[in-house]
Amino acid sequence: MSTRPPRLREKAQVLDETALDRALTRIAHEILERNGGAKELAFVGLRTRGVTLAQRLNAKIAGIDGTTVPVGTLDITLYRDDLDMRGAPVIRGTDIPFSIKNKTVVLVDDVLFTGRTIRAALDALIDLGRPKMIQLAILVDRGHRELPIRPDYIGKNLPTSKRETVAVRLREHDGEDRVVIEEPEEA
Amino acid sequence: MGWTRKDLVTMRELDAAEIVLLVDTAASLQEIAGREIKKVPALRGKTIVNLFYENSTRTRTSFEIAGKWLSADVINFSASASSAAKGESFIDTAKNIAAMSPDVVVVRHSSAGAAAILARELTCGVVNAGDGAHEHPTQALLDLLTIREHKGHFEGLSVAIVGDIAHSRVARSNIHAMRKLGMTVTVAGPPTLIPPFVQELGVKVSYRLEDAIRDVDVVMMLRLQQERMTGGLIPSLREYSRYWGLTLDKLRARARPDVLIMHPGPVNRGVELSPEVADGRYSVILDQVSNGVAVRMAVLYLLAGSKGAGA
Repeated sequence: MSTRPPRLREKAQVLDETALDRALTRIAHEILERNGGAKELAFVGLRTRGVTLAQRLNAKIAGIDGTTVPVGTLDITLYRDDLDMRGAPVIRGTDIPFSIKNKTVVLVDDVLFTGRTIRAALDALIDLGRPKMIQLAILVDRGHRELPIRPDYIGKNLPTSKRETVAVRLREHDGEDRVVIEEPEEA
Repeated sequence: MGWTRKDLVTMRELDAAEIVLLVDTAASLQEIAGREIKKVPALRGKTIVNLFYENSTRTRTSFEIAGKWLSADVINFSASASSAAKGESFIDTAKNIAAMSPDVVVVRHSSAGAAAILARELTCGVVNAGDGAHEHPTQALLDLLTIREHKGHFEGLSVAIVGDIAHSRVARSNIHAMRKLGMTVTVAGPPTLIPPFVQELGVKVSYRLEDAIRDVDVVMMLRLQQERMTGGLIPSLREYSRYWGLTLDKLRARARPDVLIMHPGPVNRGVELSPEVADGRYSVILDQVSNGVAVRMAVLYLLAGSKGAGA
């Protein structure tokens, strides 16, 4: 159907386990500070690693503030703007078992790149109800935005070139906590 | 693994992975039915034509709702009110519809093979919504989704399909799919309604309802299709109902306590199912209808969505 993507090799490590954990701790504090607590908050993670990050932020906030924030899962496949270019990607389902109406929803994703995923996520969220506010938490902002989208909480700003890939590896999925930059191997 | 086919014509040609992909996709789409705003933009700008040469309320409505929830434009074309009544041939009608550039055509026809002909003639996606006594793939898929919701898996389950097997496209599609998924299938009915050589599809045959429903996980009752019978196959409705109608007494005496009772509808109440069974706690008939919309969304999404990549 399409050509095989080129093999990638690791170019540099951006965050190790400790740095990743510190970044999440800082974001958790910033979320609490900005919103004056966690009462009206809800986390919505984008599949797959955004959900894991949202769960970790929730654990951090519980540790700091003693409040548990509901965590939902958003699959934005049905809202993509490139369905015609990619063929039908596998849908894995949205699961937000609470009302987002009048809540401050913190969208969580691992990497922010063009902003198109977040555009789709905003549309998907608004179809589910009318939140009071939507904020965006991102572990790595790698630049190259194609839409006017700006994160509220950033783990790490990372200038990259477009041919590189940022890989966020999390214990739950990849057996380790690490963020690396990858580049295509020369053919 | 992604979807690579242009059409969905039979369950027979699919492999187990494709069937599971369809069921998984449908399961992911189920939550849309529970939303306040039941619409997602996945198929915005796509056109779906329902081309129905046979009466159908459930299936046509189900495809129509599925298309609309995915934001496609759905056009209903029923043969009785159209050019077919004026003598236009099936293929000419289809080519005229194709000239209007739809993305998917959903076809139901009384002749086996009609959907396959259309799939060959048209460059757009074609979904078989029932062709004669041949196949009805989306019905089998919604049955499978309903079974997995209640039983959690497919492998090793046993199913009895009871009634008018000879005229049933639902039975044929389900037999092909269930065998591929590692399920055991028994077909049961009066000998006149069991097609010859049906064992070659890998099923057991039973001529007594009481034997067929013993210890199975699922009992699928079929509608007696009187409109397809040319006469003489059963002595009378009353006799059929006495021997082949599923009543609470027969169920309690023979079936497992966690058995699922399914029916593709429309139910002839008091013929193949007693009202106590149709509305009772074993029945998942209305789940089947709800799941029908999710399954049809999955099929339309995979066919219309993969068009750009496949062409």
